[in-house]
Amino acid sequence: MARMKFLCDADRCIECNACVTACKNEHEVPWGINRRRVVTINDGKPGERSISMACMHCTDAPCAAVCPVDCFYTTADGVVLHSKDLCIGCGYCFYACPFGAPQYPRLGNFGSRGKMDKCTYCAGGPEADSTPAEYAKYGSNRLAEGKLPLCAEMCSTKALLAGDGDIIAQIYAERVTTRGYGSGAWGWRTAYKDMVAG
Amino acid sequence: MMGIRTRLRTALVALVLGVGIGLAAATATAPEAAAQQQPAAPPAATEQMLFNYLQGNVQGRVTIPDRRAATLIQPAGRDFQDFWRSTMKWIGGIAILGMLAVLAIFYLVRGTIRIEAGPSGRTIQRFNGVERFAHWLTASTFIVLGITGLNITFGRELLLPLIGPDAFTAWSELAKVAHNYLSFPFTLGVALMLVLWIKDNLPSATDARWFAEGGGLIGHGHPPARKFNAGQKLIFWSVVLGGAAIAVTGYIMMFPFQFWATDIAGMQLAIQLHGIIALVMIAIILAHIYIGSLGMEGAFAAMGTGRVDLNWAKEHHSLWVDEMMSGGRAAAAPPGARSAGAD
Repeated sequence: MARMKFLCDADRCIECNACVTACKNEHEVPWGINRRRVVTINDGKPGERSISMACMHCTDAPCAAVCPVDCFYTTADGVVLHSKDLCIGCGYCFYACPFGAPQYPRLGNFGSRGKMDKCTYCAGGPEADSTPAEYAKYGSNRLAEGKLPLCAEMCSTKALLAGDGDIIAQIYAERVTTRGYGSGAWGWRTAYKDMVAG
Repeated sequence: MMGIRTRLRTALVALVLGVGIGLAAATATAPEAAAQQQPAAPPAATEQMLFNYLQGNVQGRVTIPDRRAATLIQPAGRDFQDFWRSTMKWIGGIAILGMLAVLAIFYLVRGTIRIEAGPSGRTIQRFNGVERFAHWLTASTFIVLGITGLNITFGRELLLPLIGPDAFTAWSELAKVAHNYLSFPFTLGVALMLVLWIKDNLPSATDARWFAEGGGLIGHGHPPARKFNAGQKLIFWSVVLGGAAIAVTGYIMMFPFQFWATDIAGMQLAIQLHGIIALVMIAIILAHIYIGSLGMEGAFAAMGTGRVDLNWAKEHHSLWVDEMMSGGRAAAAPPGARSAGAD
């Protein structure tokens, strides 16, 4: 089985935000919720880098560990998903998430945040694959159709890579070797406790 | 100092970038590439060094309105995970089970503390209606808040396997709403008790003697006390100060990121403090419930009817009884009791 991961090559990302837009459109993500975002570090200074970030589908996921109702689960592909039927909107996963992935329809408001929403790696949720019920809650299920997440698939500079962790790490490593530089696989150390590709 | 710091930062940036380039060149996983390139630095140094340089979080700029999204990585989330998964559960387990064990042993050794002179049949007003209202407002809401709070910490392990995920979510959702809204009457109760009883709970000289004699809990003495003995003062101050801390951290959690200084680190701190203080308070209140009911004959009536037996009062609050008697507010016979002649 593959172990699905995201890898953003910060030296290729041009901050076009197409991944953000594609994600929002593909899954009909409501206004105010961003499953994916592009963060620019050292903006306007030497060493500026942009990184596209979403749920990293962590190994030993912090969100799953702190969830009081145990609504998270990890698929055979290593994708971290959750059940909106079980979520009580307590917000703890947001505090535990190193990547700011969990999103809520409302902020605070007497603790009524609504059901948490986050990147599903285009893999839907606990409902039957590619059903209207699944689409309404989690968006489309591209993985069930044999496709990879849309954000990475349509990235114009191929900065954002999605797929089996070993394969995308190798692609990144080959790039770094060929061009002679790279600034590391952002978030991998925190997400996977992994040294591969930096 | 400033010059050195600036130079250090510049050096660090240079180092980060340098290592980034060098290490990236070195981290080729393809074996043939690795054979050609000599490693310049240990792998994964880039992200770690950036954490060090940026003091924790990797912060940037985003083009969406949600400014929290500008935090690219906050490694502290992993610490919060460990705290929630183990530290919190250990603290809670030890505090609550430990207190229950202590109380059980105390009960086995000491039994119910009786009124030594026996009930006199005559009672004296100890708490009026307002005082009892404040107490029971706080007590009833605290019990619900405590149970619903423990559900968040321990429910997943203890209750979820018993009733299943759907029922547990339905209950937890209800529990969360109850927890949020009952915080307001709880806060009101604590504030009321503070106003009503602070004058009787200031430390005094008799407290030292009370502690020296073990409060009569150890041994069978009855150290003198005014309206509240030193032990009760400890309960009062832990409820007032602990309650205030729980209220403040709780309201921060109810209105996340809306108070000053509540960035994500502040929110994590608020949750951790809220949890630890609440667990310790539950342990303290367990002892309070024990000594106010099963542990001591005649104690419950103080908060039940508001009137206590005169002999109980003389044994446990001798100075207070003296004050009440000399103040002209003599003990009254219960309604319907007949005068016993010479008395």
